[in-house]
Amino acid sequence: MTDFNTPLSKVRGLGSAKDGTHHWWVQRVTAVANIPLVLFMVISFVGNAGKGHADWVSWLQQPVVAVLTILFVLNVTYHMRLGLQVVIEDYVHSHGLKVVSLILITFACVLIAALSVFSVLRIAFGG
Amino acid sequence: MAEFSLPANSKIGKGKTVKADGAKNTKNFSIYRWNPDDGENPKMDTYEVDLDTCGPMVLDALIKIKNEMDSTVTFRRSCREGVCGSCAMNIDGTNTLACTKAIEDVKGDVAITPLPHMEVVKDLVPDLSNFYAQYASIKPWMRTQSTTPEKERRQSKEDRVKLDGLYECILCACCSTSCPSYWWNGDKYLGPAVLLQAYRWLIDSRDEATGERLDNLEDPFRLYRCHTIMNCANACPKGLNPAKAIAEIKKMMVERKG
Repeated sequence: MTDFNTPLSKVRGLGSAKDGTHHWWVQRVTAVANIPLVLFMVISFVGNAGKGHADWVSWLQQPVVAVLTILFVLNVTYHMRLGLQVVIEDYVHSHGLKVVSLILITFACVLIAALSVFSVLRIAFGG
Repeated sequence: MAEFSLPANSKIGKGKTVKADGAKNTKNFSIYRWNPDDGENPKMDTYEVDLDTCGPMVLDALIKIKNEMDSTVTFRRSCREGVCGSCAMNIDGTNTLACTKAIEDVKGDVAITPLPHMEVVKDLVPDLSNFYAQYASIKPWMRTQSTTPEKERRQSKEDRVKLDGLYECILCACCSTSCPSYWWNGDKYLGPAVLLQAYRWLIDSRDEATGERLDNLEDPFRLYRCHTIMNCANACPKGLNPAKAIAEIKKMMVERKG
């Protein structure tokens, strides 16, 4: 099919989505929040290196550690969801495949978050 | 999906070599050749240029080749002093203006190809229709509602300074065509050149359509495909920084959210 649309009509397309600022801003906020949370996790893991199972469990059972770990998981998975969306929008150009990919990464990130939070709570409450 | 390799009809072959007979001080120019009429794949033709009878810039060599060696070599050029932006092309791996790029700054052979990831019209001439339509889409003129003043629209010196680093842009497209985001999504992402121009009007104290301009740009693709890769600032032959202008637009977007 010959394309008679003018370049300007193609560029204007369906118009501006009036969206994207929230995504951009939250990606930066979660990135900033990641600095102390990741630092906490790394320092704790290095500090606990070589300890046995019982020590790890009692470490995670401390209320502050459990809450920080849950915050870490939620923040990382949210940030991951936002970042993966950018990757898909950059590289997946077929509309159908793009929508399916975006839904799948959302499901995957929520699943990872739910499993992680459940695991932390189960250990924290001594289940 | 994004294209990571050239399509079959764009694979580049080796072309002919034209010697400079009797010349002592020569340099090889390897030039991308593609003719829409012969049905063949693009080739890199090599021209041995006598530097003793050639001007100092890459454009001088191109004009010498076209005048004396092969009149079919096709490229755009006009001002030959870096103010028109016509001779933007990829020289020695970097997008720049042939007229301001010195031959002696290139070590070894000089490889010249069209601006990357654009449809080629012929040889070194890319199709810039989409680029110009994108420029038109940001309405690059002063938009006001107030009664037109009898004399000029006044602007303080402080506000005028805000246009420095923006008004110098000559729309050569070196930056946009160096940007991977523009390569993958050039149909929807406006690209660094057009966004720098958009910011030039956003920051102009005399313009009264700032909000509408921001509305038009606030889009995951039009604006937010910029991931601060910075190839634009690296490529700009005028030494401008489109990435900074885009960052300022993003800050304005957040600012108006309150």
